[in-house]
Amino acid sequence: MAQMNLLQAINSALVTAMTEDEKVMVFGEDVGHFGGVFRATSNLQQKFGKGRCFNTPLTEQGIIGFANGLASHGSVPVAEIQFSDYIFPAFDQIVNETAKWRYRSGGQFTCGTLTIRTPYGGGIAGGHYHSQSPEAFFAHIPGMKIVIPRNPKQAKGLLLASIRDDNPVLFMEPKKLYRAAVGDVPETDYELPLGKADLVKEGTDITLLAWGAQVEIIEKAAAMAEEIGVSCEVIDLQSILPWDVETICESVCKTGRLLINHEAPLTGGFASEIAATVQERCFLYLESPIARVCGLDTPYPLAHEKEYMPDHLKTFEAIKRTMDY
Amino acid sequence: MQDRNHLSDVQATNSVSLIENGLVEIPMLQLLDENGHETNKEQSPEINETTAKRISTTMQYIRLLDERMVGAQRQGRISFYLACTGEEASTVGSAAALSENDMIMSQYREQGALAYRGYTTDQFMNQMFSNQLDPNKGRQMPIHYGDKKLNFMTISSPLGTQISQAAGYAYGQKMAGEPAVTICYFGEGAASEGDFHAGVNMAAVLNCPVIFFCRNNGYAISTPSEEQFKGDGIASRGIGYGVKTIRVDGNDVLAVYAATKKAREIALAENCPVLIEAMTYRLAAHSTSDDPSGYRSKSEEDKWRAKDPIERFNKWLDGKGWFDKKATDAFLEKSRAEILAALKKAEKVPVAPIEDIVEDVYDTPPWHLKEQLVELKAHIAKYPEHYPKTSGRLK
Ligand SMILES: Cc1ncc(C[n+]2csc(CCOP(=O)(O)OP(=O)(O)O)c2C)c(N)n1
Repeated sequence: MAQMNLLQAINSALVTAMTEDEKVMVFGEDVGHFGGVFRATSNLQQKFGKGRCFNTPLTEQGIIGFANGLASHGSVPVAEIQFSDYIFPAFDQIVNETAKWRYRSGGQFTCGTLTIRTPYGGGIAGGHYHSQSPEAFFAHIPGMKIVIPRNPKQAKGLLLASIRDDNPVLFMEPKKLYRAAVGDVPETDYELPLGKADLVKEGTDITLLAWGAQVEIIEKAAAMAEEIGVSCEVIDLQSILPWDVETICESVCKTGRLLINHEAPLTGGFASEIAATVQERCFLYLESPIARVCGLDTPYPLAHEKEYMPDHLKTFEAIKRTMDY
Repeated sequence: MQDRNHLSDVQATNSVSLIENGLVEIPMLQLLDENGHETNKEQSPEINETTAKRISTTMQYIRLLDERMVGAQRQGRISFYLACTGEEASTVGSAAALSENDMIMSQYREQGALAYRGYTTDQFMNQMFSNQLDPNKGRQMPIHYGDKKLNFMTISSPLGTQISQAAGYAYGQKMAGEPAVTICYFGEGAASEGDFHAGVNMAAVLNCPVIFFCRNNGYAISTPSEEQFKGDGIASRGIGYGVKTIRVDGNDVLAVYAATKKAREIALAENCPVLIEAMTYRLAAHSTSDDPSGYRSKSEEDKWRAKDPIERFNKWLDGKGWFDKKATDAFLEKSRAEILAALKKAEKVPVAPIEDIVEDVYDTPPWHLKEQLVELKAHIAKYPEHYPKTSGRLK
């Protein structure tokens, strides 16, 4: 075990993957010698050479198109998109190509080895082009997996599993936690399963569900709720797609209540999908409507960031409303 | 009927030889050498004393502003800043060659062009402090300026997006019969984006009066231009797309000014795009989030420091007898005080009231935004101490 922050854990996962499989290649804007604007790819070029860790020209559509081609060859690309706000120039390549390559070729060709890493989310005074959480756009495309870690240990285990998974994976990193989340990380090679939620804390009255940086927020709200006698079960979804419907529904059947928290705008956010599925499967167990505490349906603001955020206080109030329903 | 495809008349050859990179190299226009001497008086543009002095003071003002704001970021007073040190001649020199009715669509390192248009220190500060006097209403990070009156389109962070938009804006100007063009600034990094290729091609084919102005400053964050493109820079791409092109010394005001003047004349008279590639160097860090010592040497920077565009132009002014050291020092002193005062004033102005959060998403807020605002206000009223920027002013 070693103490690492989330960035170091990602770096450790990349070193492990590149050491173990020489087909793994890491690239993107500024990721080469400089190690990426957040330094997640530090020292990889020194260790593995310019052929396997390199800067690309400044073109996201190019990066993902290139990665798709490379993946279809059987190499193992780990492409970085510098900020998830800038993934949209590559939207066509991801939506129409990465996700559908296997399907459209009848399984003859695939981009399964591709992993796209990208920092996402707010809370860093980044304004609306350095703060978005675009997971729901990608959850709408069949053919991709979407994974979001919340701490260093998860980050390493999930990233290694993503790189080795035989499906393209969008790996979204909560940049607010890059240096803030520190914890013990095994130095060994290990994987955490994709598609599995993480039960953070058991409780009996209400299930609180979030992912990435928002898990910390629901934990904080849970602590406030405990003080007024509400027992919260806290779950980190970890994988947005496929998502762990079993764990969530089991928990909701036990507690009878569900609150979902995400940073992205409410309308069409992934909470909508979860809420629809849970009410379908757990209708008779529900004691109150499923609550969603999400970003507003506005672009991500700068001066009003604090007001915009689905913070612990908004979550706490929603817990009370749900309990009192 | 005329043959529509001129490539069908292409000359044949029976030699299997490839056209290599390097066969054609586009030269760089330089009218002022490093000592401030004119290299070709006949080609030197006509710049009167007033304009020349305005260019010089704007460049110096911007350098002061940059220094002060990088400092303010270090002190935690603003969250972010992006200096243009080393590139002042490119943006100020080009802006000076335009008409005030020409639209400017910039990337983010063109505060010089904006200052030349008359953006005030207070305006710069209000945007950077995201306060309620910021025309963007505190929604964008510092340096994302925009001013409709000055014909300066509000900056957007995603790189390259303004390039295809500039083609469209210019087409609109042409169709409306406006005697104006659009200038579109971008870096050599952004010129790798799909939008560059799409935009320049659209402008060429649709005959748009737009000036594509590339600041080739050697780096895109840490990526040196050798890892950004092969071939003869960005200028050769203009030729490839059938666009009239000129490469200039971006640290030479006279060259930048002359090229932009000419580009404007051609764009307007012939309804066509023109591409300018300005060869310059980003002496500053990419932004306040960056540390260039990790990817480039001090000696490389020093080499470029010796080509300082401001000093070079001031030497030329001096040769003309237009450089007044005393007046310049007084101007700098006055600007320093003005910048500091404006900074202190802007940081005290509150952010926009919370009602603003749902404005401008649509022309008027639809039901769901109105509902969300009501809920948000009730929540803030319940926890006023947690939302100190807005809770005191709930309506
Ligand atoms: C679409 C997109 N991708 C990535 C970024 C992040 N980014 C901001 S500035 C920058 C470098 C731009 O370099 P260049 O265009 O050469 O301009 P310079 O900063 O050198 O003036 C990058 C990669 C962005 N803003 N937009």
